[in-house]
Amino acid sequence: MTKNELFPKMSEAIVAGDRAAATALAEDAVRGDLDLLEVIEQGYVPGIQKVGDLWEQGEYFLPELISSAEAMKAAMARLDPELKRRSLSSHMGGRVVIGTVEGDIHDIGKNLVASMLQAGGFEVHDLGADVKLERFIEKAEEVGAGMICLSALLTTTMTNQRRLLGLLKDRGLRDKYKVLVGGAPASRKWAEEIGADGYAENAVAAVKLAKSLAGRT
Amino acid sequence: MIEAKRPRLELLSQAFIERIVDEALTLLERHGVMVENAEAVKLLGEAGAAVDRDGQRVRLGRKLVETSLASTPPAAALYDRSGAKSFAVGGDEVHFDPGSAAVTMLDHDTQSERKAATPDLVAFYKVVETLENFHFQSTGLIASDVPAAVSDAYRLYLGLRLSEKPFVTGTFRVEGFRPMRDMLAAVRGGEDKLRRKPLAIFDACPSPPLKWSNLTTQSLIDSARAGLPSELISMGMTGATSPVTIAGTLVQHVAENLSGLVICQLAKAGAPVIFGGSPSSFDMRKGTTPMGAIGTMMIDAAYAQIGKFLKLPTHAYMGLSDAKINDPQAGYETALGTVLGALAGVNVISGPGMLDFESCQSLEKLVIDDGICAMVYRLLAGIAQRDDPIALDTFEGFTAGMSFLSHPHTRKWYRKEHIGGGLADRDPFDAWVAAGRTSIVDKAHTDVARRLEKYAAPPLAEDVRKELVQIMAAYARSSGFPDLPLPTDL
Repeated sequence: MTKNELFPKMSEAIVAGDRAAATALAEDAVRGDLDLLEVIEQGYVPGIQKVGDLWEQGEYFLPELISSAEAMKAAMARLDPELKRRSLSSHMGGRVVIGTVEGDIHDIGKNLVASMLQAGGFEVHDLGADVKLERFIEKAEEVGAGMICLSALLTTTMTNQRRLLGLLKDRGLRDKYKVLVGGAPASRKWAEEIGADGYAENAVAAVKLAKSLAGRT
Repeated sequence: MIEAKRPRLELLSQAFIERIVDEALTLLERHGVMVENAEAVKLLGEAGAAVDRDGQRVRLGRKLVETSLASTPPAAALYDRSGAKSFAVGGDEVHFDPGSAAVTMLDHDTQSERKAATPDLVAFYKVVETLENFHFQSTGLIASDVPAAVSDAYRLYLGLRLSEKPFVTGTFRVEGFRPMRDMLAAVRGGEDKLRRKPLAIFDACPSPPLKWSNLTTQSLIDSARAGLPSELISMGMTGATSPVTIAGTLVQHVAENLSGLVICQLAKAGAPVIFGGSPSSFDMRKGTTPMGAIGTMMIDAAYAQIGKFLKLPTHAYMGLSDAKINDPQAGYETALGTVLGALAGVNVISGPGMLDFESCQSLEKLVIDDGICAMVYRLLAGIAQRDDPIALDTFEGFTAGMSFLSHPHTRKWYRKEHIGGGLADRDPFDAWVAAGRTSIVDKAHTDVARRLEKYAAPPLAEDVRKELVQIMAAYARSSGFPDLPLPTDL
């Protein structure tokens, strides 16, 4: 298949949330020795963008969103090792450390944001749920992340988002990271109040915000 | 005389119930459940369940489940603090209690949620104590001014000091059970007496899909051995943590609850178990767990019907709302839930008073909902033939323009046939305007103040009071909080 035939199919596979098709097309691209960065940018990314649009239009719901993000992940899993071999990276967005703050075991929303960020071209380090605040900083330092995303589903645990910002300040690391907050009790006002760099109300908005903070809009 | 027919809601056909139960049994047999508690795994293994090499996945054969079902009593009995008043949890009995373990309180003056503290919990218990349609209390708020490690027992401590009603409660830590049981036993005058007259139900929630955590499993074992009913709170979220179809979620729900029931029976055959839950029709846009969704209520009514088929007492989280304030949504979701739950014959309905996905309590909502529960009880009482003939006699001497107001028949029956409006507005428009256009929320707020004023602590023997203080203080000490202040002037 030529690029012109492949790319729309890749986009369609993502929009349909078809993991098998997305992977098979990635396989075709690798075998056909195509420019893989071009494959991602012109084949897969338009698909995930379309998914974001459909979400915003109220056409797509969580099952579609997650399936598409997983299809994207599956395609990338095939492409990433090849890119690495060629000393290239698909992560044009940079590295993100994400997790649900300590004391809070809710992770559905966080997982979704992590998947969508990954689908959006970020290298995502997901620490899971009930993550000690120290761990966010450790991991961010370790992998050289540019962004830390904190999820909290409880009003009782969202104060840990504020505490993390305090910890960063204490260590003189505050300016090194963009800190994004999310979760049911969080709000734009809350983000401003605690001095975070941003708040997003859902996964699609989170990717937009992260891209704009990373200078990729 | 023709007796009143018990109005009833049945969503499932007999064949469908049997099919769901059959699949649940196959699920337990084929896939099993994860049990993160060594003692329970050992009990299950000894009873013939197949334990995986990792020592956590347990497959339960049909026979084991059936034997366990056979040893579970069809009804549980609860007694109030005095031991004089009993409540049957089974059959078609319906008891309301406020939902458990909210973390915030809706502040009437600011109309916003704030973290709950001890004074809120005290006010909450006092108000519930005065509400006649709430048969049970629940340890319904977590006081943020108390260390989390002891907050499970602390809630019960305050409740036992302030209330005569039976409790729906639960543990937050494995260590929490003993002091909680000890306090209940102190009130009863010993563990044996507590076993004979249980004062509290312990909630235990499996983690969907198909997992029992160490904490909740231990609660099942401990409660069974203490003779206290375990309320199994399976809570699949359709399409997220359980199959998206309602029937699919029911299969998982039944499997989770039955595996919990087996653990209870293996810990102590004959232990009371309540077939309950808090599932939800997962919101595919917001990723939240709406308790006020019609789908949620349909799952509840359906598993309650299955619980009845299995001859078990039932429970559900119904009659609560996802609204953040006492607005029309709060009212309609609560009314729908209480009515459907009661018609489905759910024995313990937890939720009235609650807002915001089980996370917030409102004193005003408690009193508004008490009025809803009053309507529900009236509905359940049905329509009975009071006289024979039904009405012919009352038309004796019929004239044009006659009124029944002064008829002896009216005086005789109106209080039995009809209930008052409570806080609902039934004024003519002008009277409503003249009275200041007050909303039900404002009226409820006034009513809360009146009830708090009226509240008188039910008498508690001095030695029991002292024992409660001792048990709570010792638990706080052993948990590393020797200086935990225990409010004494309750």
